[in-house]
Amino acid sequence: MSDQPLLKVRNLKIGATIYPPGERPRDIEIVHGVDFDLAPGKVLGLIGESGAGKSTIGLAAMAYGRGGVELTGGEVWVNGRDMLRAGMRDVRNLRGGEVTYVSQSAAASFNPAKKIMDQVVEAAVLQGKFSRKDAEARGVELFRKLGLPDPENIGNRYPHQVSGGQLQRCMTALALCPEPDLVVFDEPTTALDVTTQIDVLAAIKEAIRDTGVAALYITHDLAVVAQVSDHIMVLRMGEMVEYGTVDQIINNPQEDYTQALVSVRSITHEEKIPTSNPLLRVQGITARYKGTDFDVLKDINVDLHPGQTLAVVGESGSGKSTLARVITGLLPPSKGQIIFDGRTLTPDLPTRPLDDLRELQMIYQMADTAMNPRQTVGTIIGRPLEFYFGLKGAEKQRRIQELLDEIELGTGFQDRYPAELSGGQKQRVCIARALAAKPKLIICDEVTSALDPLVADGILKLLLNLQKIEDVAYLFITHDLATVKAIADSIAVMFQGEVVRYGPKSEVLSPPFDDYTDLLLSSVPEMKLGWLEEVLASRKMESAGN
Amino acid sequence: MKNIPISAMIGLFFTGLYFLIAIFAPLIAPYGMAEIVSDEIWAPASSEFWLGTDNVGRDLLTRLIYGGRTTIFIATMATILSFVTGSVLGFFAAVSGGWVDQVLSRFVDLIMSIPSLIFALVVLSVMPTTMFTLIVLMGLLDSTRVYRLARAVAVDITVMDYVEAARLRGERTAWVIFREILPNALSPLVAEMGLRFIFMVLFISTLSFLGLGVQPPQADWGGIVKENKEGINYGIQAALYPAYAIATLCISINLVADWILNRTTSLKGGRG
Repeated sequence: MSDQPLLKVRNLKIGATIYPPGERPRDIEIVHGVDFDLAPGKVLGLIGESGAGKSTIGLAAMAYGRGGVELTGGEVWVNGRDMLRAGMRDVRNLRGGEVTYVSQSAAASFNPAKKIMDQVVEAAVLQGKFSRKDAEARGVELFRKLGLPDPENIGNRYPHQVSGGQLQRCMTALALCPEPDLVVFDEPTTALDVTTQIDVLAAIKEAIRDTGVAALYITHDLAVVAQVSDHIMVLRMGEMVEYGTVDQIINNPQEDYTQALVSVRSITHEEKIPTSNPLLRVQGITARYKGTDFDVLKDINVDLHPGQTLAVVGESGSGKSTLARVITGLLPPSKGQIIFDGRTLTPDLPTRPLDDLRELQMIYQMADTAMNPRQTVGTIIGRPLEFYFGLKGAEKQRRIQELLDEIELGTGFQDRYPAELSGGQKQRVCIARALAAKPKLIICDEVTSALDPLVADGILKLLLNLQKIEDVAYLFITHDLATVKAIADSIAVMFQGEVVRYGPKSEVLSPPFDDYTDLLLSSVPEMKLGWLEEVLASRKMESAGN
Repeated sequence: MKNIPISAMIGLFFTGLYFLIAIFAPLIAPYGMAEIVSDEIWAPASSEFWLGTDNVGRDLLTRLIYGGRTTIFIATMATILSFVTGSVLGFFAAVSGGWVDQVLSRFVDLIMSIPSLIFALVVLSVMPTTMFTLIVLMGLLDSTRVYRLARAVAVDITVMDYVEAARLRGERTAWVIFREILPNALSPLVAEMGLRFIFMVLFISTLSFLGLGVQPPQADWGGIVKENKEGINYGIQAALYPAYAIATLCISINLVADWILNRTTSLKGGRG
């Protein structure tokens, strides 16, 4: 048994049917023959960009193809049986018994109408592995192992009554409950805040070690996978790029693509010295949403100098996006004022003069929803030119092309629709739309969070470059400290609606830290072995997720 | 326009046929619209009168052709009116929100709570029954339904970032409605338009049948049914032909509307 791999995948091919608009449906292959072995008790990290086929391969280990995806060829051996040729009965025993699954969004995967414990024990009882009573005892034991508070009773709660990080751990308990041989973790920490991610990561790692289960760990974040895996397989467009031990992949990558992944976020940026007159002064801003009596922002004071970048960092719910809404005038503050370029901005959007609107542009997190799907790229970029500067005809076309060149897209994009662009290209078009207004300040709201690391890197480089050329200031909202280190001149750290730390980058990022900044900084996964243990040993403050 | 399913083909064919006949009625019809051409009432079909004659000896085919012209014209105009009013108001309510939305929506609820046929009968009993009144009345009554749909669709669109981006740019409400929201709301609205058109045909036919719609000697399908309904007692088919016409027109338009709905509600990102 020990020398036989638990999971053996040979020449796995996966196809899907796509429905291009206006054309006949056709079949495409999304995974082109992948091979790997996984020994009992080992963890294999699958890493790649979106579309690399990593989740599809993970699910194939359960002989499952999601949403029209079909396993078209190859072999998937689990415990000595080829699951692609096994009957439905074998497959049913496999799923939820020998192999279990942890999905990215626990909140979307739990049934909100049933108690957590009912769902945790369901598979184990159905598979006949445990009686209900034993399964519940095991559930409680797993809750304890995963560091959940009040393990005896937490199972009696409903999914909405625990936090996101806790729910993700409940889901891990669910997967481990039937004593599987293999667990497929599909981006289990991606949707979590950094400070929560680290706890979940530690819990998962410990649970894997204690139960001796094997795991496929799917993620796009190399630094994360390096903490939990024994081996790593790098995937790109449905093909294996490189396979090796964690040590080898991190410290000695062979392929160009892997090297690029490892060295991602190596952008460096010299901090600029603040000039005398700030472009944007946020003074004593307090704000709440209509119909609530809770201040989302409490007495915020920050300055931003022309041509520089102020990064606003914090977890979800810290109020950083609300700050953007207040500055843009979408949410009038209840107290305080905003001074922009020497003038006090009116609190309310409709009363602002056109020039104030023009000089203050915004780029959104989801480029998909930030562009009208029925307008061409030319229209999207051309509208601000026409609207603010009255450009028409050939003059407008020339300027649009100039902007497209600036965002490194080149010719041939004017007549395309957003649906015909990749994620990175979409975000570039959004940047061009903002630039078209010749703004003095661009608010970037999590602009790289929805992008793959390499693409995000490209966007950040572009933004830095544009800042040099156009001398535009950025208010950069993000939860990602690596991004902040890469591009900020000054930093404001936000926590529960307050700025807990603010100053030039070098000052904010050097000790002595306050507790929260320390927690935040230490939670950013680093690409080295043993990082997780080091951090856990040296922490001062528990994350809010506990 | 490739890959049109067979059902939609049939629908398109008959819809087109009816509209063409309506447009070219004076050229196609063998006799004058109200011309009494036979001494015999309810004469059987013959080479002279293809569908026979009606209750006063007019050629039934001619009446049907002109009747179709009236029915389709009124239904079309009323549909256009209801869509323009309904969707503009619906979009406006969704974009404005707050009390504007409340006032408009509650007013529409109020109108909708009165059955529209009864509402129409009351209004028509005090107003002169002209084609103009009929169109305006039917259009406005039906616009409440369109308003509901347009508002529901637009509410989902107004929260999109690109609408917020347009507002931050300083665009006027008219731009937001017509350039940002309308193109994205068009598909469900167009499909709904087909269905509403059918309701219009049925509505005007009902009114005419009740004697409050198109007034004789003007022909329209509901009116022809009314004029010839006595004949059914004697086994005369005259009243059934306009009924067939109404039924086939409704079914064909439904087939087209179904196809448009299918095309545009698919999740595959089709730009219909």
